[in-house]
Amino acid sequence: MEDLERLSREAEAAIEAAEDLRQLDDIRVRYLGKKGELTALLKSLGKLPADERPAAGQAINKAKGEVQSRIEARKADLENAEIEARLKRESVDVTLPGRGQGRGGLHPVTRTLQRIEGIFRQAGFEVADGPEIEDEFHNFEALNIPEHHPARAMHDTFFVRPGEVLRTHTSPVQIRAMKDSRPPLRIIAPGRVYRCDSDVTHTPMFHQVEGLLVDSNVSMSHLKGILTDFLRAFFEKDLAVRFRPSYFPFTEPSAEVDMECVICGGEGCRVCSGTGWLEVLGCGMVHPEVFRHVNIDAEQWRGYAFGMGVERLAMLRYGVDDLRLFFENDLRFLGQFA
Amino acid sequence: MRVSTNWLNEWVDHGLENQALADRLTMAGLEVDAIEGAAEDFSGVVVGEVISVEPHPNADKLNLCQVSDGNDTVPVVCGAPNVFKGMRAPFARVGAVLPGDFKIKKAKLRGEASQGMLCSAKELGLSEDAAGLMQLAGDAPVGTDLRDYLGLDDQIIEIDLTPNRGDCLGMIGVAREVGALTGKSVCRPPVGEVSQGGSEEIPVSVEDPADCPSYAGRVITGIDTRAESPVWLTERLRRAGLRPISPVVDVTNYVMLELGQPMHGFRLDAIQGGVTVRRGRQDEKITLLDEREVALDEDILVIADERGPIAMAGVMGGLGTAVEPDTEAVFLESACFSPTVIAGRARRFGLHTDASHRFERGVDPALQQRALDRATALIQSIAGGEAGPVTLAGSQPAEAAPIRLRRERLHAVLGFELEADQVTDMLQRLGLEVRADEAGWEAVPPSFRFDLAIEEDLIEEVVRIHGYDRVPVESLPSDVRPGEMPESRLALDQLRSLLVERGYQEAITYSFVPAETDRILSGGTEGQKLANPISQDLETMRTTLWSGLVGALRHNANRQQSRIRLFESGLRFIPQGSDIKQEPWVAGVAWGSAEPEQWDGRKRPVDFFDVKGDVEALLTAGGPRGLTFQADSHPALHPGQCARILVEGEKGGWIGRIHPQIADQLDVPADSYLFEIPLAVAAQGRLPAYRPVSRFPSVRRDLAFIVDESVPAAELVSAAREAAGEVLSEVRVFDVYQGKGVDSGRKSIALGLILQGSSRTLTDDDSDRVVQQVRELLETRLGATVRDQ
Repeated sequence: MEDLERLSREAEAAIEAAEDLRQLDDIRVRYLGKKGELTALLKSLGKLPADERPAAGQAINKAKGEVQSRIEARKADLENAEIEARLKRESVDVTLPGRGQGRGGLHPVTRTLQRIEGIFRQAGFEVADGPEIEDEFHNFEALNIPEHHPARAMHDTFFVRPGEVLRTHTSPVQIRAMKDSRPPLRIIAPGRVYRCDSDVTHTPMFHQVEGLLVDSNVSMSHLKGILTDFLRAFFEKDLAVRFRPSYFPFTEPSAEVDMECVICGGEGCRVCSGTGWLEVLGCGMVHPEVFRHVNIDAEQWRGYAFGMGVERLAMLRYGVDDLRLFFENDLRFLGQFA
Repeated sequence: MRVSTNWLNEWVDHGLENQALADRLTMAGLEVDAIEGAAEDFSGVVVGEVISVEPHPNADKLNLCQVSDGNDTVPVVCGAPNVFKGMRAPFARVGAVLPGDFKIKKAKLRGEASQGMLCSAKELGLSEDAAGLMQLAGDAPVGTDLRDYLGLDDQIIEIDLTPNRGDCLGMIGVAREVGALTGKSVCRPPVGEVSQGGSEEIPVSVEDPADCPSYAGRVITGIDTRAESPVWLTERLRRAGLRPISPVVDVTNYVMLELGQPMHGFRLDAIQGGVTVRRGRQDEKITLLDEREVALDEDILVIADERGPIAMAGVMGGLGTAVEPDTEAVFLESACFSPTVIAGRARRFGLHTDASHRFERGVDPALQQRALDRATALIQSIAGGEAGPVTLAGSQPAEAAPIRLRRERLHAVLGFELEADQVTDMLQRLGLEVRADEAGWEAVPPSFRFDLAIEEDLIEEVVRIHGYDRVPVESLPSDVRPGEMPESRLALDQLRSLLVERGYQEAITYSFVPAETDRILSGGTEGQKLANPISQDLETMRTTLWSGLVGALRHNANRQQSRIRLFESGLRFIPQGSDIKQEPWVAGVAWGSAEPEQWDGRKRPVDFFDVKGDVEALLTAGGPRGLTFQADSHPALHPGQCARILVEGEKGGWIGRIHPQIADQLDVPADSYLFEIPLAVAAQGRLPAYRPVSRFPSVRRDLAFIVDESVPAAELVSAAREAAGEVLSEVRVFDVYQGKGVDSGRKSIALGLILQGSSRTLTDDDSDRVVQQVRELLETRLGATVRDQ
């Protein structure tokens, strides 16, 4: 039995010294395996006298059990340590930047256009478009701006070929829409327009959105309604909006729309020239002469039309103070609207 | 239109403060741009008289003057060239404060004492005229405070008139408008007494009354050439932005400001025979008052005498008949020319005059004789003279036709109802003769409201006077029907988002570009040039979107950007025979590192395949489609890195690296990649159609083929598809290799064949048979050998 005690002590020491699971398994095999040393003791029981055998067998089995449980305990420790080590090995600096293509962005004019289109789409307007090299009929005559009309001189028109111009406004799309489909109509026409003018507050190309609604029951009150709703939705603010008489050859009555200055809240500042108001839209009831040009019966149908400058709305919405930035395409500017 | 409020208030007692008046005008459609003082703030300035002028002993350009302020005479050093003994001019005494808080103190200038300052109009903030001292009338009362003398405590309201309100281009028009808005009565401006003593007359004939409905003329002789215009008149001119010249010119200008009737004075002795209003003739010329000679034609209306044109009607007089300071006899013209024969004519010659501005917008056709009388009386009161009889020509203006305004229509257009009496009252206040009946109104507009002709005009007038702000705000009863939403077409916005997600920033560049850039990038297409470009850089309508994008690329590459990806969508303009095709395209440019800079050191410049990946994503945004990238040549692109894109066999644009020589010419980086795709192709979507999913496992077989390096990978793929048939569900190119182990001039391309049966699991034999078919076809067709593993 001295052997048993010695072996148990040896096994105990070896288990404690085991550094990994393989060493531990070797130890298990050495002591508890089929040819293990403790197993060998059991096999040698037969050499003992019969009356000593039960006690000796019991002692050996108990020692085996102890070694077994020590091995298991050690195994659990080693496994835990290994997981710990692995987790440590696999950890990263989570503060390093993420990887990827990076994202570009939309031009602020597009962003503004999408916003305008989105608001009018909810009111049932469909988007229409037209050519940018436009004939004088659609750009002027059909809109009741005959040749030599003072309003035509105010347009600073780019001329392309005889009878053709770069459209000076998106209003010709009105004409095309009314020629293409019969009322009732609800369209908006966003797009590029051109005027031969370039200085701090003018670029030779800019964007407008034209709106047109033709129906049997439409009135000036509805025009006030849609544009007031639009401006409040666009600026997400319950702005004061006012309509004042103006003149456009293709609408009558015509109005210009001012809204409360979003910069100073109507107190008066540099942006609104101290008036507290910003002129943002032109509009009116479709002129009977325009209906005549597209063969729509002005007794049966009435309509309203409106137009707005997209860059101006973008500048007010995002606080941009220089129109020319929109067409420089500097990434440091464009990136701000991503 | 600049409106002196002091003047306006003489004619209509509206009882409003200036700001309130301005607000009322703005809200009635006469938009007020500004209210400003007739003069800037200054004090201590009186009418001074120059008693003597001597040269300054120590300075060439200065004079030493003695100036009287009515009480004392003091020494003043003056540098103005126009000073003379006896001159009356604004004198800022010691203690005066000029605009800009400039205090006048006793001073010594080059050793000589100076006690005060003689002023120019600019120094007082009265005009931009800084040429010399502001010369006052010879009878200006010395010592009077200048502000009182000139009546400077006046405010000017600046109105930005719309082109339909030509009637408000005279003070009387604004006064009538204020009267209509406030309901107050308006004084008619006095005409004055004309003493008709002369008998001289110039016969007038009008060839076509349609061009000139009314013409009134009169001769005035014996004008005192020493007379000066009174200060009240010159001040009203100055406040309107006009310079006083001589009594005759000043009076014609004044009547124009007062009544809105442009007038013209001809030197009587320069007129030969009678005058005729007629169209110009080819080969006729006239030298205008601005000393320019212009060629005339049938399109231009002229005033001619026996020898030829003496004025461009309604635009500018001729130099030959201009009134001079010593002119004693004039022929005064007060005419109404039709807007259609004046509009655009001044502009044609680069002119814009007070007269053309008014005639283009229209002038009251019943005003001519009254204006002529008013001018005659004023000239006589200032400079005497004998007035001849009035000569009239043209047709008598027809009585304006009554306009029908239906009550029902009025309410339908406005969306609310007005009391009948209110409407009648508003129309009457505007000067219309109104007859109300059950169904509405018959209204005859006054001659000065020549802009009113149709029912809508009256509706606008009614709501304008009522107030736009009193129109209710309502929502249109909604009967919105669902709109179109085709699934087989993508919205531009979806394509934009895709490019944005792949790292592209949207740009918007001008549609007009430098001609040379566009020619180079399009490979010689001549774009349409503008007839009047704003600059040479912006003269040609782009035939490719690249023309604008390379500019944006250059701009950013020159500003320390290390990675640039830009795209733009918009029209390109391709001349085609007599037509110009305007088609929407989408284009992009990429340069710099393939990915944003990373900490793991993987840094690689963008290459053809990065951009090709973007293009493939764009073209399959609406679902998988057959894309072919065909090696081809494009003048703007690198011959070895350029592909024509075919989408299901249809032309789908171009992709490639910029040609190095072109990069050099355009000053952009040579390792830039470009693509351009017709929007119609990119926007095509696909309506998905369901196919059953195979329930059987797939098998992958990898094969590396060695082929000649000129064989495109796409041909191996399509041959493999052909050979394998339906059982091949996908082919992947997973490796391309050249170098050790592969003969030079050849390359290895590895294909992964993914095989799947639709009705059963494929056996090894099945797969082997397919692989064998592929090997055989690739060998016979493309000379491909299977590379040893």
